[in-house]
Amino acid sequence: MSTAPVKIPRWVDVGLIPVINIALAFLVSGVILFAIDVHPLEAVEIILYGAFGYDEALGYTLYYTTNFVFTGLAVAVAFHASLFNIGGEGQAYIGGLGVGLGILALDPYLPFIVILPLAILLSAAFGAAWAAIPAYLQAYRGSHIVITTIMFNFIAAALMVYLMVNVLIQPGSMSPESREFAEAGHLPFMHEVFGWFGVKVTPSPLNLSVVWAAICCLLVWVFIWHTRWGYEIRTVGANETAAVYAGIDPKKVIMLAMCVSGALAGFVGINEVMGVHHRLLLNFTAGYGFTGIAVALMGRNHPVGIVLASLLFGMLYQGGAELAFEEPKVTREMVVTIQGLVILFSGALAYMMKGPVERTYVRIVGMTQRPAAQEG
Amino acid sequence: MAEETHIAAGQAAAPAIKLRHINKAFGAVQANRDVCLTVVPGTIHGIIGENGAGKSTLMSILYGFYEADSGEILIGGKPTPIRTSRDAIDAGIGMVHQHFMLVDTMSVVENIMLGAESGAILTSSVAKARAELERLERDYNLDVDPDALAGELPVGQQQRVEILKALYRGADILILDEPTGVLTPQETDQLFRILDSLRKQGVTVVLITHKLREIMAITDHVSVMRGGEMVADRVTAATSKEELAELMVGRKVLLSVDKQAPRVGDTVLSVEDLTYVDRAGVARVDHVSFQVRAGEVVGIAGVSGNGQSELLELLSGIRPMTAGQVDVLGERFSAARPLDPAAMRALQVAHVPEDRLRMGLVRTFEAEESAILGYHRDPAYNRGLFMNGEAIRSDCAKKMADFDVRPQAPALKTANFSGGNQQKIVLARELSRGPRLLLVGQPTRGVDIGAIEFIHKNLIAMRDAGSAVLLVSVELEEIMSISDRILVMFEGRIVGEVPAAQADERLLGLMMANAATEEEALATHPGLPGAIAVEPE
Amino acid sequence: MLRKVTAAAAALVVSTTLAPLSTVVAAEVNPAVVFDMGGKFDKSFNEGVFNGVERFKKETGVEYREFEVTNETQREQALRRMAQRGANPVIGVGFAQAPALEKVAKEFPKTRFAIIDAVVDLPNVRSIVFKEHEGSFLVGMIAALKSETGKVGFVGGMDIPLIRKFACGYEQGAKYVSKDTEVVQNMTGTTPAAWNDPTRGSELAKSQFDRGVDVIYAAAGGTGVGVYQTAEDSGKLAIGVDSNQNYLHPGTMLTSMLKRVDVAAYKAFKDAHDDNWTSGIQVLGLAQDGVGWALDEYNKDLITNEMRAKVDQAAADIVAGVIDVHDYMASDSCSY
Repeated sequence: MSTAPVKIPRWVDVGLIPVINIALAFLVSGVILFAIDVHPLEAVEIILYGAFGYDEALGYTLYYTTNFVFTGLAVAVAFHASLFNIGGEGQAYIGGLGVGLGILALDPYLPFIVILPLAILLSAAFGAAWAAIPAYLQAYRGSHIVITTIMFNFIAAALMVYLMVNVLIQPGSMSPESREFAEAGHLPFMHEVFGWFGVKVTPSPLNLSVVWAAICCLLVWVFIWHTRWGYEIRTVGANETAAVYAGIDPKKVIMLAMCVSGALAGFVGINEVMGVHHRLLLNFTAGYGFTGIAVALMGRNHPVGIVLASLLFGMLYQGGAELAFEEPKVTREMVVTIQGLVILFSGALAYMMKGPVERTYVRIVGMTQRPAAQEG
Repeated sequence: MAEETHIAAGQAAAPAIKLRHINKAFGAVQANRDVCLTVVPGTIHGIIGENGAGKSTLMSILYGFYEADSGEILIGGKPTPIRTSRDAIDAGIGMVHQHFMLVDTMSVVENIMLGAESGAILTSSVAKARAELERLERDYNLDVDPDALAGELPVGQQQRVEILKALYRGADILILDEPTGVLTPQETDQLFRILDSLRKQGVTVVLITHKLREIMAITDHVSVMRGGEMVADRVTAATSKEELAELMVGRKVLLSVDKQAPRVGDTVLSVEDLTYVDRAGVARVDHVSFQVRAGEVVGIAGVSGNGQSELLELLSGIRPMTAGQVDVLGERFSAARPLDPAAMRALQVAHVPEDRLRMGLVRTFEAEESAILGYHRDPAYNRGLFMNGEAIRSDCAKKMADFDVRPQAPALKTANFSGGNQQKIVLARELSRGPRLLLVGQPTRGVDIGAIEFIHKNLIAMRDAGSAVLLVSVELEEIMSISDRILVMFEGRIVGEVPAAQADERLLGLMMANAATEEEALATHPGLPGAIAVEPE
Repeated sequence: MLRKVTAAAAALVVSTTLAPLSTVVAAEVNPAVVFDMGGKFDKSFNEGVFNGVERFKKETGVEYREFEVTNETQREQALRRMAQRGANPVIGVGFAQAPALEKVAKEFPKTRFAIIDAVVDLPNVRSIVFKEHEGSFLVGMIAALKSETGKVGFVGGMDIPLIRKFACGYEQGAKYVSKDTEVVQNMTGTTPAAWNDPTRGSELAKSQFDRGVDVIYAAAGGTGVGVYQTAEDSGKLAIGVDSNQNYLHPGTMLTSMLKRVDVAAYKAFKDAHDDNWTSGIQVLGLAQDGVGWALDEYNKDLITNEMRAKVDQAAADIVAGVIDVHDYMASDSCSY
């Protein structure tokens, strides 16, 4: 008794609706800017120029993008198993702790080329371990993953503060930061890498992690869509009953998906700790884990979408900072408001425009197709 | 309204419903093409057609869920634009959906007035509704306790509540969409008695179904839809099942399955005292024992919800058994050594689950991905760490060709196939490996006639190839035409066994309702074997 | 495009650094300040700096650039952008900016930088640190002198060494008055949220009051607001921190431990403006009026002359080196 559903082409869902959502967010932001006597178009110009206009700006934008790619992928992988991992923030934090501990222990003895893979492994292992506990509680004890991952963000923050303040702080240091890593524990900046080839680029925090982020996108794509484990994750996410029917143990899949998710979030630690700060410190996650949720939602849980959404948020972070820098009337709270509006419209209200847009589409298509149908 | 329909028969009364040249397209799909329909007031009018023939679309247009692209609707002779279901209700149209739309935690009265409350304070409207409800129950012989909770009523009574709901809103045209899918034969008979009394009271009934038996039993007129068009209108008395089937499918259809006597081999599945107690402590499967041998089809009949579903899920390893033991192809399983789906597949046990969308397929997957569900770890579909996309696709394409899945598009989303074709994907997956034991649940639920024929043929072919087949179905016709032996389940127990050759609908119906013990059945049907399926090998 | 921007920035840097040669009275300055994550209206540390630079703007009419960072990485970015834009001098607010400022100061050796609450040992950087333990010692004395129960309380913000430094100084001051003085200490939390959690501050204050404490010193940023309010509601006393917070609850605010970041910020700009800039470390303690305690019309009725005399004597002794107030951060412990 099926009636043929109106086919909404994919580009409407993955292209048009996100664009409309962002446009709406900018429209509302524009009204706010207008209200404080900042010309909205000039603001857009400052944001765009400040994010992409010169190599340093681009460096910063891509540096933020790198973090969002990691956390966005993390949320997406869990989401494919229908798990809402709110704990990217904590997993990133603990992933960074893993990187930091590893490098602090090893940098006097080992060369960079050995430390790098170890650091990647450690960030993944620590992030995964931090995600594994809520995953276990969800799979075997029925505690809801949203609640537990949120709680684990707090626990991660508390643990980090304890360790930084009491254990890892550099003796005599004013702030709770570890000693700086030796050269072997530094992931090269991209401007250094370009320097090796004789290309002069203005310094920015952008480092080789961005390459790892790109590789992770590819790996996640292959993992989710081209391995049997990804197949099992998607099956559990789409239809748990069918998964049980197919002999897939949803508990194991929950563990697997969350561990992969946590590992990806943990890579933020590579970018921040090994790539930028070269020391272990507090709060280097700066909300990237939470923004990752919006990134994954907007990117429709697909690596390509996540890269695009990450670029958008990278642009908002960097361009927004430039806006606050250039326009004295624009406070940093204003920038956070604009970022919040984009998250609101593209994340929380992602489906608000779905109905109207699809109806409009159907109407337009209907109008163009009706004459044809009548002729036939 | 009602008066109009009572105009003397001699004078040509305005038709209750007249649809003129209705067109409705969804994108490129023309769901209704130039459909005309005339329904005589005070009659029962059947609309029959295969899945996707456009019946539901047409009724949705009539009930205001969709708006037609073009065409005209006349109710009682007056052109009546229907844009929302509110318009339809105002025009006196009521609809009883396939899936009931009742709030389980509300009483019958509350359900009936839901959406038709007058004013913010409910007390007075409850009293009014109760009075009206009692009048309706009297007038139409619809007996339901007004204070019972909807969720606690048996299915047949829930359906009556739906009918009362429509009548309460002043409907004199009642549309029923596949109303008998969930009913026992006895409940179906009761429903038909209700419809008959509605007809006598002047209510016009439109009955949408794909069951020819029902059309023949109750309707006055029947319209046949195929491919979005209305292909025939018949006076029921002047047509036959065979003609209607042919009109529906567009070719001759074999309604009974042609099969040879079974060549029975060794016991493949032996179940002893299998018990499953659910969380609420209810024994859903209660000390069930039976055997299935190679080369035979054992059918399990029963009203939906009497433990057949659980039985299938126990045997396929989806549900953990509470007690008892199961021997499958020489392996013994028990509560201590539970069955599991992967192990069963390894033993070449295939399972066509009852509810393909809930269990057998993943709607959002491409067909080729759904077509390897459960077998995704098979080396044939993998190349080292990665899945072998080409192998998966060519394998799916071959299965689609073998099982006539349309369209033959392995990359199309599973949800975009019609019910029958989805079922063929499941069957292709489970049957094409030549399983030694085949567990089949409701293989033709929601599947059109052409596909039913195909599916039945394939199941018989599996049997003839030496597979042991266990078939669970609530369609008695299906059970009777496919099975070699029939077991009847009631409240988790097997209450009887009947050889297919000696089964008839009345006997099985009585056993399903536990109205007849085996002894009584034996008394009326001498020649049945005495005991339950314990035959020496 | 890039080259153009950097060239312009370089030109600006050159022009500003050359400027002192051509002016005699007032140097051409283009001052800038990078506030830290608390934001310039944190009612405490950053706001102190804000007040100082605003005073400079009012007095000289010279505009300044400002930026509030929102994450760790922006510190370096903002400082560099300021330097690129030819800002000079550039103030970094807070110890957390030290590593970033060190890096940027190396890149722009001709730009003058100032860092508050940290030491960056570079020829173009003025590092301003405070002896918070000395100021805390004095308010600890005042608390102990005022207390009738012999129990005084401390509510810290985020549990970091700097706040332990406050606590340690306070404890020493209280015990200096009487060895038997009991000091009850609580930290609000271990995350930055602890700087702005008045509700938790209120809870901690209540529990300390319940344990017999009658004066609480809050070194906890915005969290202190809750402590002060609870003190007023319970009829007890509280001590403010960083800027003079006596006016918030007259009669309840016993005093405030002053940390003159406003003066430090003002002086950094002013010195550059007047061509009196000096780099190097400035340790501002009691002797330099960098820390102290507040006495004004809001709390004069709470401080007896006797108390005042004792505290003034102790202050003089500290300045003279007779009393040595232990700095927690010197040994990472509060053993004195």
